[in-house]
Amino acid sequence: MASLTLHGLTKSYGDVAVVKSVSLEVRDGEFLVLLGPSGCGKTTTLRMIAGFVPPSGGSICIGDQDITSLPPWKRNAGLVFQSYALFPHMTVAQNVAFGLEMRKASRTEIVPRVAEALRLVRLDGYSERYPRQLSGGQQQRVALARALVIRPDVLLLDEPLSNLDAKLRLQVRLEIRALQQQTGLTTVMVTHDQEEALTMADRLVVMSDGAVRQLGTQSDLYERPADLFVAGFVGRSTMITGIVTASGAFRSDGGLVLTCPATALQGPATIALRPERLTLGPAAQGLDNHAPGTVSFVSYLGAMLDVHVRLNATDHVMVQIPNRSDGLTPAVGDAIEVGWPASACLVFPREAA
Amino acid sequence: MAGSMADGRLVGRVALHGIAYLTLSFILMPLVFVTWLAFFAQEIPSFPPEGYSLKWFGAIANNRNFVTGLWTSVQVAVAATAIGLALAVPASLILARRQFAGNAVMSQFLLLPLVVPGVVMGTAIYVFQIETEIATGLPILGSLGGLVAGHTLIVIPWTVRLVTASLAGLDRATEEAAQSLGANQWTTFFRVTLPAIRPGVVAGALFGFVTSFGNLEMSLFLVGPGRITLPIAILQYLEWKIDPTVAAVSVLQILLIAAAMIITDRYVKLARVV
Repeated sequence: MASLTLHGLTKSYGDVAVVKSVSLEVRDGEFLVLLGPSGCGKTTTLRMIAGFVPPSGGSICIGDQDITSLPPWKRNAGLVFQSYALFPHMTVAQNVAFGLEMRKASRTEIVPRVAEALRLVRLDGYSERYPRQLSGGQQQRVALARALVIRPDVLLLDEPLSNLDAKLRLQVRLEIRALQQQTGLTTVMVTHDQEEALTMADRLVVMSDGAVRQLGTQSDLYERPADLFVAGFVGRSTMITGIVTASGAFRSDGGLVLTCPATALQGPATIALRPERLTLGPAAQGLDNHAPGTVSFVSYLGAMLDVHVRLNATDHVMVQIPNRSDGLTPAVGDAIEVGWPASACLVFPREAA
Repeated sequence: MAGSMADGRLVGRVALHGIAYLTLSFILMPLVFVTWLAFFAQEIPSFPPEGYSLKWFGAIANNRNFVTGLWTSVQVAVAATAIGLALAVPASLILARRQFAGNAVMSQFLLLPLVVPGVVMGTAIYVFQIETEIATGLPILGSLGGLVAGHTLIVIPWTVRLVTASLAGLDRATEEAAQSLGANQWTTFFRVTLPAIRPGVVAGALFGFVTSFGNLEMSLFLVGPGRITLPIAILQYLEWKIDPTVAAVSVLQILLIAAAMIITDRYVKLARVV
């Protein structure tokens, strides 16, 4: 077990850079998730760590050993694939034993270690089955056992849950997390599923367009997003575009004058608002920012309601309120007051994208 | 209305079955007649048979041409299939996985021996072997090696085609999984890739073997004195005689190929590959 360090890791195909100088450290025993939309370079980054894609630049270190130029079979990384990638002609036990055989372990060592690994993923008793006789969830657990049994330095998970159905996904998600904590393995997982990322990770890396946008904990990303992309990608936000007229003062394109946290930023900007920070009704009057609006859409989410409020021709906001029978239930067309504190405004420079 | 529609469907089904059985019997007829003929007692085949006998099977063993022809054919087919596979597996791997200029052209090129008439191939190889023999002084034409070289060409389309097809169904992540578990490229190939494409390899070998074993037109150009294949031995025999010995030889040939297919099918479901 060890830490994993990427330094200036880059991959280009011809003129196209798919990974642009990614530097990050995965701490010993940490569960790090690479999160981003498809095509953001997260999978290429993982495949460089695994050794299947030679980097165009930069380095990869496990502990203090530089593995950048080692072939995959000398890296001691446990890999779990989206497609499970079990060997179809081998039994479950043979699949799990494969990595130990490659390490020239003796028969007397292999048998108990395979049994232990299968017990860990609760598949003891399945050792003589073939992969095709197992469900998707069971196959993924075999794949996990196969990766864990070699006691890898790092565990790499490539969208391990996306082939499972929704219910199973929740279960396997918890199992993977529990196993990772139990074994204390340094782990990197790639996913495009935000909820999956937020529930499993110790820390997350948001990537887009081949570059790291932000590295941090769940609350870092949600409460202190580094840029507009992260604010839009992690959690939900409504955006109000306008310009910063003075430090702490903002005027929207629709003419709203808002108070926001003091900022050095000047000129064109965008404010991101988390829907649960907004207040509806008379209570809005006492907040730093408030404006009258019209309810344009209400979406019923069970415990919560999403209320979309149009403030003027260009500006609208989404407000999330608890669904209580005693509280107010806005209807489409209602005139309503919306308010939020200055601290709820996340101000970013306007981006070209 | 409903009744007439059901009637129409019934007629259609009967017609379909009728045509299917007709086609099947058309395919099987020569096999049935040849087999029947092999047991006729009289020397000149005529109907009705005057009696039945096994003597023609005994006659095969006394004919040197048939015995050596069978042996040569087996040797050539085994060698050509083995070489064909050894070339086809790496070729298929590269064709299926590497993007390079001329990839598609190369794929088609390797199937060419299926399209070129045997006589044309035979002539071409014959001329090539003569020229090579003149240039190098090596005894190529009429040698076992020369024959095997020609047959390898007609085996390759089958092996390449079937191995490529089975590679398409292989999840490459399994190979990466093997490598991440510590297997180098060679070990990965032998422990993961080869077992996964085994059905294609076996089927390719079988079809290659059968193609080589039954080839007549090309072999005619490549055989030499004292070295003929079974189909040529049959042809030569037919030039002088038409007694049922030829039918008996054909029965043996049919049995040999049928046995090969049945044994193969036990290990690899041929219907799934072809």
